[in-house]
Amino acid sequence: MVVADLPYWAATLIKTGVILAVIPAAALTLGYVFLMKTMAHMQSRLGPMEPGGFHGWFQLIGDGIKFIQKEDIIPEQADRAIFAMAPAVVLISTFLLFVVIPAGPDLVAENLQTGVFFALAVSSLSVIGVLMAGWASANKYSLLGGLRAAGQLIAYELPLVLAVVGVVMQAGTLSLQGIVEFQQHGKIFGWGGIGLPLIITQFVGFVLFIAASQAELTQAPFDMPLAESELVAGYTTEYTGFRFLFFYMAETATAFALAAIAATLFLGGWAVPWVHGTVANILGPFILAAKVMVVAFLIYWIRFTYPRFREDQLQAFAWKFLIPISLANILVTAVFKVVF
Amino acid sequence: MALTEQQQRAYVASQAADARLNVELQTEDMVLNIGPQHPATHGTLRVVARLDGEQVVWADVVCGYMHRGYEKLTEVRTYPQITTLVNRIDWLSSFANEVPFILAAEKLMEIEAPPRAQYIRTILFELARIANITLFIGTMGADLGAITPVFYAFRDRERILNQIEAVTGGRFHPNFDRIGGLKDDLPRGWIDETKNAMVRVREFCDELEELLMGNEIFQARTRGIGVIPSDIGLSYGLSGANIRASGIDWDLRRDQDLPLAWKDLDWKVWTHPDGDSFARFWVRLQETREASKMVDQMLDGLPAGSIQAKVPRIIKVPAGEAWVHTENPLGEMGYYVVSQGGLGPFRCKIRSASFNNVSVLPWLLRGAYVPDIITILASLYFILGDIDR
Repeated sequence: MVVADLPYWAATLIKTGVILAVIPAAALTLGYVFLMKTMAHMQSRLGPMEPGGFHGWFQLIGDGIKFIQKEDIIPEQADRAIFAMAPAVVLISTFLLFVVIPAGPDLVAENLQTGVFFALAVSSLSVIGVLMAGWASANKYSLLGGLRAAGQLIAYELPLVLAVVGVVMQAGTLSLQGIVEFQQHGKIFGWGGIGLPLIITQFVGFVLFIAASQAELTQAPFDMPLAESELVAGYTTEYTGFRFLFFYMAETATAFALAAIAATLFLGGWAVPWVHGTVANILGPFILAAKVMVVAFLIYWIRFTYPRFREDQLQAFAWKFLIPISLANILVTAVFKVVF
Repeated sequence: MALTEQQQRAYVASQAADARLNVELQTEDMVLNIGPQHPATHGTLRVVARLDGEQVVWADVVCGYMHRGYEKLTEVRTYPQITTLVNRIDWLSSFANEVPFILAAEKLMEIEAPPRAQYIRTILFELARIANITLFIGTMGADLGAITPVFYAFRDRERILNQIEAVTGGRFHPNFDRIGGLKDDLPRGWIDETKNAMVRVREFCDELEELLMGNEIFQARTRGIGVIPSDIGLSYGLSGANIRASGIDWDLRRDQDLPLAWKDLDWKVWTHPDGDSFARFWVRLQETREASKMVDQMLDGLPAGSIQAKVPRIIKVPAGEAWVHTENPLGEMGYYVVSQGGLGPFRCKIRSASFNNVSVLPWLLRGAYVPDIITILASLYFILGDIDR
């Protein structure tokens, strides 16, 4: 590829630029399609329909402009430096997630051999940002929200990782690119018509992954940290304007990234049958985006349907339900791997 | 008495010593102010909760942020003017507030509205109940984190409000009840439209039963949370669905003889033995469905005739005292009207349901977790205007 021939600094600059452009685009797309339109249809309410002409597509951009115009308020008692850094830390975690997601045979910022490991590791970085925000705001609601978020994200990190172990065992690689290629060239009982999307063999893993990523995104039914009827807005209570927009964007972009990882691990990522080489490089991003939309629809559908768990029920659900099932899933996968 | 500087220093030192002792003996409790500006209080109620971790060790309710002095204001208004005031007590079911006051005035004047007016009063009363309780059903979901039901509730409540508006001209504050009858008769075509709306109300109840009540998380969040035993409920003066959910079969629509249409109808008082948040939600849902059936029956049996009894042009109420209470959507609401023969009441005591309903909170919240505070507040269902008057 062209980018690979460039000197290291130039290649890095280009990759960083592309990812920085992808994050707002991903956040806008999901925000518009799901948070505004799908939500409006499911909840039988009319959102803004006028701005921009077609279905109010400009509304979200208008909201963004509004956020930028808002006064940047920092509470007097707040720890100013940490308060200002927290949204950036959360956004950096999102940024790093996008680094390893492949969108085509050659379209990946960094094709790490330990891609899965890296993605799961950086996704938990956001906990630090959330805790910083909750602590530095000097607000009791923020603090409660931050602590809840920390407890929850740590608890659900485990099922998230264990759900992926089955996939990694079956594909025999930690590289996301390698997992996609395994699914593309895989065979179902010797029939290679559609490859082997791992959702077929790892359906339990897929369900666990969706449930755990729902919790990682702090969305209903796991939106305890934000719980707007209890904690006002949790750790984001004191944030306004641009900093709040950072949190908002990080949340939606992380939803996109986790959906992309789920699509890569379980639905074959950028690959569809009979598309190879350069064509795959061109079509790859669109195929991946389509699959992401399917997974994201699932995530948001759950979000609009369920009430939220209480903190203790949430922890019990992770430790007593999700983790035992994911361990059993690993065991069964291992047995099949040895037998076949 | 001014303190000397030495006394002040001694006081500060003793306070500091106390604080140190508390720190040594137990972990520090956190005082959390839920409200007056808080999304879960749906207004300006303030709950002061001392927390140990996320558990409440002590809680108290501070109300009065929205006190508007309606009891005092009634003393400087004439009887027909007062319906405008009492509209704004429980603003989600305004018409239901007017009825007991007008009945109290009629009781003193010893007149009775004609049967058609009684029926229309009861129909509007029950429509107000449906408009009020559908919103409860929605916000209960919203308080538990399910955002969808609240929009369904607004969608279907809109049809009820349209029907109320078609008759009275006001969506929220009808100001329609008059001493001896009503301001107007029903408009043409209204009966069929209302029947359609009632079908929609029952569909809404079915939908919410599946969407919210059947949900495992909803049940886990509400069952066994905020249990009010029937004796505690009675001693705190709870009423309405809150006490019926504790197993007390007490409904003022059935248990007293008022010149309204309830006595002619075939209906059922719903009770639930559990007394928890789920029971309160369940009872209210059943009552909404029951109310829609009652409206259907009344529309079928609507008597013909006048809607206004003969009253003097200038209404003067004879001296005397009267107490009338009705089963409002939130619970028992009553007016104790004292008249000295003037144009307005000498004194009017308003008994509103929510004030008593939230008085149980300090007892109920002890030992609850922060998320459960919200569940309990939502399930007790109060309207701020009804607490503070």
